[in-house]
Amino acid sequence: MSWKIWSLKKSPWVFHVNVGACNNCDIEIVNLLTPKFDVERFGIKLVGSPRHADALLVTGVGTRQAVPRLKEVYRQTPKPCAVFLIGACPCGTGIFHGGYHVEGPVDKIIREEDPNAIIAYVPGCPPKPEAIISGVVKALSAL
Amino acid sequence: MRKSVRKPVLAIGPFHPLQEEMEFYQLTVDGEIVTDIDVRISYNHRGIERISETLQFDQIPFLVSRICGICSASHPLAYVQAVEEIAGVKPPERALYVRTIINELERIHSHLLWVGLGGHFIGYDTVFMWAWKYREPVLDLLEEITGNRNNYGNVRIGGCREDVPDETIPKILNELDKIEKKTEMLTKAVLDDPIIHARLKGVGVLTKEAAIDYAVTGPTARGSGVAVDVRRDDPYAAYGDLDWSVITQTEGDVFAKAVVRLLEIFESIKMARQALKKLPNGPVAVEVKEIPPGEGCGRAEAPRGETFHYVRSDGGNRPIRHKARAPSYVNVPSFKASCIGQHIADVTLTLAAVDPCYSCTERLAVVDGRNNLIHDYEALLKLSREKTARIKKEIGAPELKLEDF
Amino acid sequence: MNQEELNNKLSEIEDKLIATEQTTDNRTFLLCEAENAYAINKFLLEDVRARFVIATCIDSDDCYEILYHFSYDEIGWVITVKAFIRDRENPAIQSITPFLPAAEWIEREMHDIMGINFKNHPNLRRLILADDWPDGVYPERKGVPK
Repeated sequence: MSWKIWSLKKSPWVFHVNVGACNNCDIEIVNLLTPKFDVERFGIKLVGSPRHADALLVTGVGTRQAVPRLKEVYRQTPKPCAVFLIGACPCGTGIFHGGYHVEGPVDKIIREEDPNAIIAYVPGCPPKPEAIISGVVKALSAL
Repeated sequence: MRKSVRKPVLAIGPFHPLQEEMEFYQLTVDGEIVTDIDVRISYNHRGIERISETLQFDQIPFLVSRICGICSASHPLAYVQAVEEIAGVKPPERALYVRTIINELERIHSHLLWVGLGGHFIGYDTVFMWAWKYREPVLDLLEEITGNRNNYGNVRIGGCREDVPDETIPKILNELDKIEKKTEMLTKAVLDDPIIHARLKGVGVLTKEAAIDYAVTGPTARGSGVAVDVRRDDPYAAYGDLDWSVITQTEGDVFAKAVVRLLEIFESIKMARQALKKLPNGPVAVEVKEIPPGEGCGRAEAPRGETFHYVRSDGGNRPIRHKARAPSYVNVPSFKASCIGQHIADVTLTLAAVDPCYSCTERLAVVDGRNNLIHDYEALLKLSREKTARIKKEIGAPELKLEDF
Repeated sequence: MNQEELNNKLSEIEDKLIATEQTTDNRTFLLCEAENAYAINKFLLEDVRARFVIATCIDSDDCYEILYHFSYDEIGWVITVKAFIRDRENPAIQSITPFLPAAEWIEREMHDIMGINFKNHPNLRRLILADDWPDGVYPERKGVPK
């Protein structure tokens, strides 16, 4: 395993991208930092720029306006990076299926940019913080 | 294989939304004072009203509770009230009380969330961690009653989908007592702290006249002396039966809005207690088979303000038009009135005081017309915290003391 | 003003209305032609001192309807002005943003999704549809694929 993957697994720094979410998943992600869940003990840290990130946490359906932004953020994230789709919306557009402004699901958009992208799915509406931690840790140990 | 090193670049160029981050709000500044604001809100547009026209009446509460995650009890409630108006249906007493309890619990955890975010923006991360820690018991209660920490899926046309089991009432009352004690301690610490006074007072003032011009609602209005509250003005659910007060302040600054929200937590605890103790017996829903042709308006007081839904039916099983208005839709434009003339260090705080959805505040950028420098959200957050640090130094006051973390 | 006083006040603009409908205890609909909507809205805002809530646009078969919802908070009344735009080829109505800043966004939104032209709007630019959304496609109009 390359040292890059090893360092990603050991202490993933994550950047959160919202591409048209209702904020429930976004709030559950921020909840991960708070004392009850305290995700920093796993070395997971929320960073302010995709350039510092090992992984992306994506929430939202992928609205038409946000899709170019998502692709740009993915381009800027140094590779290798993992993409975690948090919530029912990025996994498969959830309840907003068929909306005229909805371009998702997000995995299709990421694969247009990079067919070999590493993508993990954490479904739920919203997924509980325990589920997000479990999903992230599981996916990283599978790398 | 050596990867080429990429140097960080401060985007300089024609002042244009940044190539990399397409922003919601673009502020123009002269030096360090905001002179203008432009807003673009396309990123979250999911076309919900149109999707609503493809769903049946009883499926729509699940859709609208996902308009905004933190007002997810108010949107379905306003919607079903609009439809109940068309159908001439009155839900049973117990349902009205259950709706009230869920909505007030939501208000408590939403206001605590805001207090935490406010603390985060000014650099008081202890307040942030603390406030969000004490949201958790409320979310656990909601999960126990409805099955989900957010998106409760609790209302339906004609009443509620789930009841509050009588056995859980003592537990809920017990938790409310604990939350009340912690909130008292937090309120006292925040409202007595001289640094918070210096940092929040006089910042982001929304005058009463501007509050009326922009037709704002919720704590944004009540902090500026405009006493509107749907629970009192157009009582719905069980609010007409409860004893409570509308909280207002007059200064219109961030401090006033913080006071309104903190004091409202106590009113919500009071209301939830009364509703739990007075919970009448009986069913929690009536059957509604058909929605006749007609139109109805339903509204609820979400934590951010008035949520308004308009529904038109032609007698079929889908609405022919559904208009959903979230409170942030009128509150956020008022940012124009409260941030022009402000220092850029205060911009994130002023926007946060309006309490838009969290993701809105991530999309703030400032463009300096003179030298084309662009500050992004991270930079603005840093400026805000630096201002707090400066104030702390000037006043020489001790660190905020929070007991019994 | 109580209910009776409010009804008396509203009768001052009766000449501009087609009809008044009261659906429940505190929901009133004032129907009018598009040309009169500006004056009626101004009256509700400045004379009645009601609060603007939001506006809704509807594509009815023979016309476009713009509903302006106001709240008279003292007695929890919702007064909705229902304006009919008969010209379906070039739907247009006078903007109320010049005297009501709160209406700026919703008029821009109705322009985006229904293609209504709001005359004298200070800033009638795209608000909610994506930058690359095709011109002339109005998602809330009938017949546009969902």
